[in-house]
Amino acid sequence: MRRPYPAGRLGFMAPTSKAIEAGANVSLELRVNGEPHAVSVPVHKTLLEVLREDIGLTGTKHGCELGECGTCTVLVDGQPVLSCLALPAALGGRDVTTVEGLESANGLHPVQQTFVELGAAQCGYCTPGFVLAAKALLDDNPQPSRAEIETALGGNLCRCTGYLKIYEAVELAAARIRGEPAQPTREMLYGG
Amino acid sequence: MAVKSPARKAATEDRLRVVGTSLPKVDAVAKVTGRTRFADDLFLPRMLHCRMLRSTTPHAEIVSIDTQRAEEHPGVVAVLVGRDLPTPYGILPVSQDEHALCIDKVRFIGDPVAAVAAIDEETAFEACELIEVEYAPLDSVVDIEDALDGDDPAIHPYGDAHNVHKAIALEFGDVEAGLAEADLVQEDLLFYEGNTHLPMEQHAALADYRPDDRLTLWSSTQTPHYVHRALATVLEMAPSRIRVIATPNGGGFGGKSDPFNHEIVVAELSRRTGRPVKICLNREEVFYCHRGRHPTLMWIKTGFKQDGSITGMHFRSFLDGGAYGSYGVASTYYTGALQTVTYPVAAYKFEGLRVFTNKPPCGPKRGHGTPQPRFALEVHIDKAAEKLGLDPARMRLDHLVEPDSVTANYLKIGSMGLGACIERVVAESGWNDRYGKLPEGKGLGLACGSYISGAGLPIYWNNMPHSGVQLKLDRGGGVTVFCGSTEIGQGSDSVLAYVVAEVLGINPFEIDIVTADTSLTPVDLGSYSSRVTLMTGNAALQAAERARELLVRSVAEKWDVPGVRVAMADGQVFDVQDPDCAMTFAEAVVLAESKFGTIGTVGSYTPPRSPGRYRGAGVGPSPAYSYSATVAEVSVDVDTGETHVDDVWIAHDIGQAINPVVAIGQVEGSVYMGLGEALMEEMTYRGNRNIVHHHPSMLEYKSPTTHEMCRVHTYLIEDPDPNGPFGAKEVGQGPLLPIPPAIVNGVYDAVGARVDEVPVTPQKVLAALKRRAKQEEPREGPKKAPEFGWPEAIQVPPPWAGGDGRAIDERREIGGGGVRT
Repeated sequence: MRRPYPAGRLGFMAPTSKAIEAGANVSLELRVNGEPHAVSVPVHKTLLEVLREDIGLTGTKHGCELGECGTCTVLVDGQPVLSCLALPAALGGRDVTTVEGLESANGLHPVQQTFVELGAAQCGYCTPGFVLAAKALLDDNPQPSRAEIETALGGNLCRCTGYLKIYEAVELAAARIRGEPAQPTREMLYGG
Repeated sequence: MAVKSPARKAATEDRLRVVGTSLPKVDAVAKVTGRTRFADDLFLPRMLHCRMLRSTTPHAEIVSIDTQRAEEHPGVVAVLVGRDLPTPYGILPVSQDEHALCIDKVRFIGDPVAAVAAIDEETAFEACELIEVEYAPLDSVVDIEDALDGDDPAIHPYGDAHNVHKAIALEFGDVEAGLAEADLVQEDLLFYEGNTHLPMEQHAALADYRPDDRLTLWSSTQTPHYVHRALATVLEMAPSRIRVIATPNGGGFGGKSDPFNHEIVVAELSRRTGRPVKICLNREEVFYCHRGRHPTLMWIKTGFKQDGSITGMHFRSFLDGGAYGSYGVASTYYTGALQTVTYPVAAYKFEGLRVFTNKPPCGPKRGHGTPQPRFALEVHIDKAAEKLGLDPARMRLDHLVEPDSVTANYLKIGSMGLGACIERVVAESGWNDRYGKLPEGKGLGLACGSYISGAGLPIYWNNMPHSGVQLKLDRGGGVTVFCGSTEIGQGSDSVLAYVVAEVLGINPFEIDIVTADTSLTPVDLGSYSSRVTLMTGNAALQAAERARELLVRSVAEKWDVPGVRVAMADGQVFDVQDPDCAMTFAEAVVLAESKFGTIGTVGSYTPPRSPGRYRGAGVGPSPAYSYSATVAEVSVDVDTGETHVDDVWIAHDIGQAINPVVAIGQVEGSVYMGLGEALMEEMTYRGNRNIVHHHPSMLEYKSPTTHEMCRVHTYLIEDPDPNGPFGAKEVGQGPLLPIPPAIVNGVYDAVGARVDEVPVTPQKVLAALKRRAKQEEPREGPKKAPEFGWPEAIQVPPPWAGGDGRAIDERREIGGGGVRT
């Protein structure tokens, strides 16, 4: 089912009723990339911090820690979420996917592969967030228009690429996911 | 004779096999999988966390700092204040005006006064709040005009005048005479607002000091060599006991090119505690680090002949430098250096000054000091073309600097592809049929630019190479490249691999790259001034050719053939006259190691000497200049004043693309950043005297998202430059330069209103349109330049007036100039 993709994120996930007096530690189990992780963390510690500092998944980066740049995007039940605004205590048993969870036995995810081929990762710092946001889009809409890609990635900032190689990479990956034998065009690789 | 593969065929015919091919970057897989370790991704056992306490007032004496409560706070391990690190430092030898923590005085809101190391970040935060600082406020200096009125206390005790960091006056030929013989004298005043790099990665640093007096610092820096020097100076340690490792930068754009206070602070905290100490700045603090684009007011007066040739040009720039020197002296020179490299200027006078103000310090941002004057010049020429009745493209094409020439200010031009760039974007954009003919609200603007491929002189005076490469070959066929260059996303690690792979005929993805480690890698000065591809590329080329020579001699001896018959491709070494006679690269290394011993070679690069000999001649020279031309198509909403850029056609004279798809990425990124500067990005402040940053957050500091980005049509113009590796010139910065003026010229074509100031906000467009409606001059922009008693100009006769690069007054002549970057 195709539905309009929000430029914003699910964003702040309010603590559930189980929570929670300030400063207290909570023990919980987080499902990340299909693996269960038991952690005991202060209730106000963000998903971003828990992933990086308690579970060692430093592939998730941060650019503002205020929900403004999209760099820390992860997927929760397949939907992009700003991990700097999400609290593990509020996630319950939902599935978290980070960039480390994108590879499979077959190798890179198609979006990762096309980012490699087209130079869509320059400094690479925003890349995990973009790759995950793009994956969520393509899972939902395997044939997005350029405008739909712009909207889906509109909450992620990149200072290196001007977004253009990223669009091309997402379109190329979409074609391959649909089973087309798509390759970069000469213009993408060598200019006009 | 069967030729075994395309690569072998190319090697036989002496054609390029790797260089010029759009390959992935060697670090691409690490980046898309999140494996690249940035500075804040590093964690060490027993690591402490650092936070810094920053000034809450823009200009004040520090009366007292009481750290006792912070020191007693549970979990705090050490607290530092300014007097703990009394030695000043700064990136330029002439501006050693920073302290790691302020000692007597603070100079902007955000200036650090104390630092805490604690068991976790939250404890360090809490402890900072327990530090009590008493300030005695001083009047603050808010902008250029305020600095020049002389009413406020001095921010620094040094400078060329009260609150004037630097004042420059240079004249090349008789400008008054040039203006007198002109058919048109055009005079303009323009302003370029300051803006910041906004790298996605917040600066982070991790220091690890050992009791045997060895210090290691990992940092997101573009210039590990300069950080190494600053640490040795401020910590008073032998450089041989300090190791600086630049982690891959999550974006730099010039913003990580200074040695920073937080780097020195964590090093000292680690020395005091004997434990690793890490800091990661928050986004607000990144805004306070700044070192971004100088707000610059520019006055320009040029004489044109009826055919558009330039008889004389007088250019003045006023830079708002913020609170510290940083690269500012070089930035000031750069606002006057490159006006002469695109269109011949018969006589040229430059006056520039940089003031101190109580704001975060400005420094080098992509294009370092040249986007502002390029904006001014290209808008100025657009206006002159209209008055002369000339097509702006034709006027430029008719007056291009010759290749292999020397400019009025003694810049030596090598290859020069601007003409081809203009012709290409004119053709592709349909300029001749569409310029001046689009409906109201739609417009085309054209502009050009040029940038250095690295600076001709180092920042501190020395005669050593600017870039060094070591190559190690092992008997398994492995090749490791060691180089001090810093990967900031531009692809510098990949350039090393491609160049070495090209020469040795091996797979670039099998080469190990070790970079940016002052203990393991030979010095490269850093990732700034678009110097890396040209300089490390040349150093890598030399090292690889030396290694190749050793292999060829060993193989030729075994086969008993002349060395010229030995070629390398596809990981094979073969006889060009007998392709069946071949061995693997690894076998060739074994032969060479048997003959010569362990195989290691070195290469280094020093730029050629520039012909300029006057004071100030150190800024502007480069081994090669890149050129770009742009046409921008814009839509302006006359009701809201909003400008949207629809398309940008850009041609960039790159000499030779080492990797075209990476080069295109640099062009597109430059267009993006130029678009942001043209339309929305501004580092501005509120408050009359209490100078508070307007918006130190990514939400409020407007930068282009996917929705604002335009379509970009990129054309790489390849005309190899003799000074570049395989002919390569820069691409990382130059393509930004023509974007703001092309957009502004496009706005004029669209609605007939001149906005002589970037960013072109809707308010400015509406103000100009309002004046147009009232039959007034349809212009929005600065009204007047401040008064200043300029120093008497140093007179340097240009080459065509019999000059030899020296100033007329011998007493002023200081060989090569006192300032470099």
